[in-house]
Amino acid sequence: MAQQTYYVRDTLAEQQPAPASTTGLVGWMRENLFNGPFNTILTLLALYVIYSVAWPVIEFVFINGVWTGDDRTVCTTAAQGGIQPDGWFGGCWAYVGAYLNQFMYGRYPFEERWRVDISAILLVLALIAVLVPNLPFKRWALLFAAIVFPVATIVLLTGGHFELGGFFFGLSGLAGLSGDFAFFADLAIVALIVAGAGLLAARATGSNPGSVVVPIIAVFVGIGVIMAIFAVDFGLAPVETAVWGGLLVTMVISVTGITVSLPFGVLLALGRRSQMPVIRSLSVIFIEFWRGVPLITVLFMSSVMLPLFLPADTDFDKLLRALIGVALFSSAYMAEVVRGGLQAIPRGQYEGAMALGLTFWQMMRMIILPQALKLVIPGIVSTFIGLFKDTTLVLIIGLFDFLGQIQSSFANPNWASPVQALSGYLFAAFTYWIFTFSMSRYSIYTEQRLHTGHKR
Amino acid sequence: MTDSSQNGGVERTFFLNDPKVRAIIYQVVMVAIVVWAGWSIVDNTATNLNERGIPFGFDFLTAPSGFGINQSLIPYSESSTYGDVYWVGLINTLLVAVIGVFFATILGFLIGIARLSHNWLIARIATVYIEIIRNVPLLLQLFVWYFAVLRLLPAKREALDLGPIGLLNIAGFYAPKPIFGANTWMVGVAILIAIALGIGIRFWARRRQMATGQQFPIGWTFIGLLIVLPLIAYFISGDPITFEYPELARFGPQGGIRVIPEFIGLLLALTLYTAAFIAEIVRAGIMAVSHGQTEAAHALGLRNGPTLRLVIVPQAMRVIIPPLTSQYLNLTKNSSLAVAIAYPDLVSTFTGTALNQTGRAVEIILMTMLTYLAISLLTSAFMNWYNKRVALVER
Amino acid sequence: MKKIIKVALAAAFGLAGVATAQAGTLQDVQAKGFVQCGSNGSLPGFGVPDDQGNWTGLDVDYCRALAAAVFGDPNAVKFTPLSAKERFTALQSGEVDVLSRNTTWTMTRDASLGLNFVGVDYYDGQGFMVRKSLDVSSALELSGAAVCTNTGTTTELNVADYFRANNLDYEVVAFEKGDEVIAAYDAGRCDVFTTDASGLYAERLKLTNPDEHMILPEIISKEPLGPVVRQGDDEWFNVNKWVLNAIINAEDLGVNQANVDQMLGSDNPEIRRLLGAEGTFGEMIGLSNDWAYNVIKMVGNYADIFDRNVGPDTPLGISRGLNALWSKGGILYAPPIR
Repeated sequence: MAQQTYYVRDTLAEQQPAPASTTGLVGWMRENLFNGPFNTILTLLALYVIYSVAWPVIEFVFINGVWTGDDRTVCTTAAQGGIQPDGWFGGCWAYVGAYLNQFMYGRYPFEERWRVDISAILLVLALIAVLVPNLPFKRWALLFAAIVFPVATIVLLTGGHFELGGFFFGLSGLAGLSGDFAFFADLAIVALIVAGAGLLAARATGSNPGSVVVPIIAVFVGIGVIMAIFAVDFGLAPVETAVWGGLLVTMVISVTGITVSLPFGVLLALGRRSQMPVIRSLSVIFIEFWRGVPLITVLFMSSVMLPLFLPADTDFDKLLRALIGVALFSSAYMAEVVRGGLQAIPRGQYEGAMALGLTFWQMMRMIILPQALKLVIPGIVSTFIGLFKDTTLVLIIGLFDFLGQIQSSFANPNWASPVQALSGYLFAAFTYWIFTFSMSRYSIYTEQRLHTGHKR
Repeated sequence: MTDSSQNGGVERTFFLNDPKVRAIIYQVVMVAIVVWAGWSIVDNTATNLNERGIPFGFDFLTAPSGFGINQSLIPYSESSTYGDVYWVGLINTLLVAVIGVFFATILGFLIGIARLSHNWLIARIATVYIEIIRNVPLLLQLFVWYFAVLRLLPAKREALDLGPIGLLNIAGFYAPKPIFGANTWMVGVAILIAIALGIGIRFWARRRQMATGQQFPIGWTFIGLLIVLPLIAYFISGDPITFEYPELARFGPQGGIRVIPEFIGLLLALTLYTAAFIAEIVRAGIMAVSHGQTEAAHALGLRNGPTLRLVIVPQAMRVIIPPLTSQYLNLTKNSSLAVAIAYPDLVSTFTGTALNQTGRAVEIILMTMLTYLAISLLTSAFMNWYNKRVALVER
Repeated sequence: MKKIIKVALAAAFGLAGVATAQAGTLQDVQAKGFVQCGSNGSLPGFGVPDDQGNWTGLDVDYCRALAAAVFGDPNAVKFTPLSAKERFTALQSGEVDVLSRNTTWTMTRDASLGLNFVGVDYYDGQGFMVRKSLDVSSALELSGAAVCTNTGTTTELNVADYFRANNLDYEVVAFEKGDEVIAAYDAGRCDVFTTDASGLYAERLKLTNPDEHMILPEIISKEPLGPVVRQGDDEWFNVNKWVLNAIINAEDLGVNQANVDQMLGSDNPEIRRLLGAEGTFGEMIGLSNDWAYNVIKMVGNYADIFDRNVGPDTPLGISRGLNALWSKGGILYAPPIR
């Protein structure tokens, strides 16, 4: 059969560029913005929305914004007694600049503000230690974040040199003990009692006494050392929490809330999934109670009722009371997030761990919690974000957090102008946004990094 | 079980090694701690109250309050009791919560769908909205609306004329107040008839579809009925509804229905804030329905509309409902921020003013917390029931 | 602050066991070395800190006088800013030793809150502030007005009483914090701002244009303001009572901050008793005998305090009025020291 070839192309046809209407900006726009009448209308509508929202903002912030000035005249129109032309409407960033220090530190004494700065640096270091994966010396970094950082910041911010007091015997004057000595004596007594109980239990159950007693002693020695550091006079001037304010208070409350809520949340979540009916129902009651009431009532409770709950003469710092309220509240939310992770762990993991002969806490620590917490990292971060935003509520009970400090600056007639409030609030919104948005980005990053195995 | 730890015939089991015994010990210790802590709190409180000469009891609820409240749906005056203050506050809370939930749901669904839109610009706008609103504290947004934005409205003695909608100024929104004529009942009856007809038609249409496979546009028919019938009744009865329009007077607009600015500010903030969260929930819900479902529906010959209505939405709703409920609860609890802008809700009037005036901190805070707790528990109970109803019945 | 750790530990190791034997407030104060004073944090002329945290005001000066009497040092005092809501709880729970926060003495507060009013350091009455452009000259023309006020105060009750008694319509807008009230009034949310007349003068300073506002002549209530202490501690109650009386008596006797040293040599037995040159009046209340001398030397007599904080030469510009001495047309009167 003769091969009859009529036409065979022996070179590739020269590639033509895609039609102009489907490539480049025009093509992209046709594809994404103007494909069909309905979408075209939507696009035009969207453009109008952008114009009517974004433009005034840009105008307010940049075009009309005032960046320098000494008092209200630069931020008021001629009719209001200032230098701006009538009809002017712009951000008064000069006012924000003038108050920036107060927004950051509150009324923390000027000459002591370096302590806040150092605390902030420590916070950043601690965050790096916790958040950055694959850090060398991870163990030591975590130890720094969990122990060195909080102790150092407490001492730095308050000035340290706490008066310790006995809690069992010292106060009643028994054995004539008082002050720091009474505290350490009491601590030693408690340590001995607990260690003794542990020893007895270990003996009775036939486990290795050393493995029980040594950790107990270590914990108490740790407490003792930390307390000793608190009691030492480093020569720092004491700074009452009453003068703390601004971003400092916001950070103190959110960082404390976050650090406290995680361990408590894990405990509560374990309690809620416990086989023991009493522990389970207590956990359920605790969690549902705090989740069922608004934070503001919790803060009212901690600021008004907490002093009544404690024996007369225990006076609580106002900030500490708010911290307790926030910690209780966020622990309950954290517990529910952690529970979600625990429920997602297949039964086989529990059974496997038990088959290996691990104890409950070993199983939790080494098998279940690492997997469960990894699963719920996005939930944990969003709880943190919620907590960070909720710290603003403390201004209602009279603490001056970042927002509270900004609000209280409005009372000063020096900068009073119609745009003052809007400028202050925009600045606040921007600052909060930076924090929360970066947290949510971190959460997405971690989610992707840990996206191993569980999802197909 | 307990015998399993016997080893080589040697009895090594101490009773503490028995998990059951341990569980009992743990629980007894736990109960002891809780009881002791609870008792010491109660005891301390009683001692403290006693020492400081503060009485405890709920008798103050029947005492006259003596202060005014600027928004009340039930009759309230200065001679009403603190008990009435509680109810006024609770109703105001529920009012803002219900209206807020309504608008937040609509807005949230719109934005959630917009974020999935094929229109790049629309999707971007929705994303930017969500990322900004979700990441700024609600209290700050509330302040912005109330102290910054509402400040830009005309002063109290002037007003922005919105024509037939009403007047708007810094002291609130003044809507025309409908005054019902003698024959208004006819309109009401017409609405009832329309609803009854709608139910009847739905019944009939479903039977027809079962029998013949033909569909009937129930929704449109129902909406048509609901509009046409009352309109006919309205005109037959001879224009029974007139409107009282607000007018400017010495201290600002008078007449009409007044909505206080605190309500507007709170509603705006709650709605916009919650809508951003609802939008994310809706998006996640829709994305949770696999694309195969759409393809299968299309393969069966369903067009886009019915695919969405009959296939996607019912499945997405199952994912959406539980987190949506918790957003509704959050909105209700967040309405307590009203205290910061003087909207007379439960926290502001009762836990605020009433507490300050009576000094009965323990009783009042307890009542407030239990009220919110009851609201959440009731909602959760309802939602659990609903969830069980719609839950996927798996093999 | 110092007690934080102790309390946190107490909470950790169990709630019981921290209660100490209840010592008197005076001993507590002497032991810790300063007076903890609850004050208003945002009322110019009465209690407000500046940017550096230095407190000034009439209420604040009372606490300084107390510190001067107890320690001979007017700076041995720490201030806690309190809202209207927190103030009584803070005092009841022992967070503050004395509450000097423009607090009105009423029967309910005296009888049912477990508190004792020390006396009156400022005779006040509730008034109204309106915009001049509103063109009213009397509170009776305010029917239909919106009134901004602070929640949890006697003010809120008085305004309700007044408008009801005169059959006037009104709308009350009650805020939790003082700054919010004045901000809402400044924004035009309300036609009327009401609080104690002294407060009106103070708050007016915070307005964008103070000159556009006027204070109506009506005073609708009696508002005797004074320091408050806890009930059941008569010793501390006495110290407070007599510090206040000494301040007033000093003015009565013509002893002031400037001339107190010369007055030490006075022949007038009343002055000699006041300044501790005669008798042991200080010891009677558990203080040193030069307690009143310290108060007057370091803080001043009533006129000094008044003029410095709220008097005609201050931005507030309040005249003595009711707060003049009984002998000068006012009602200020203190029991004698003898």
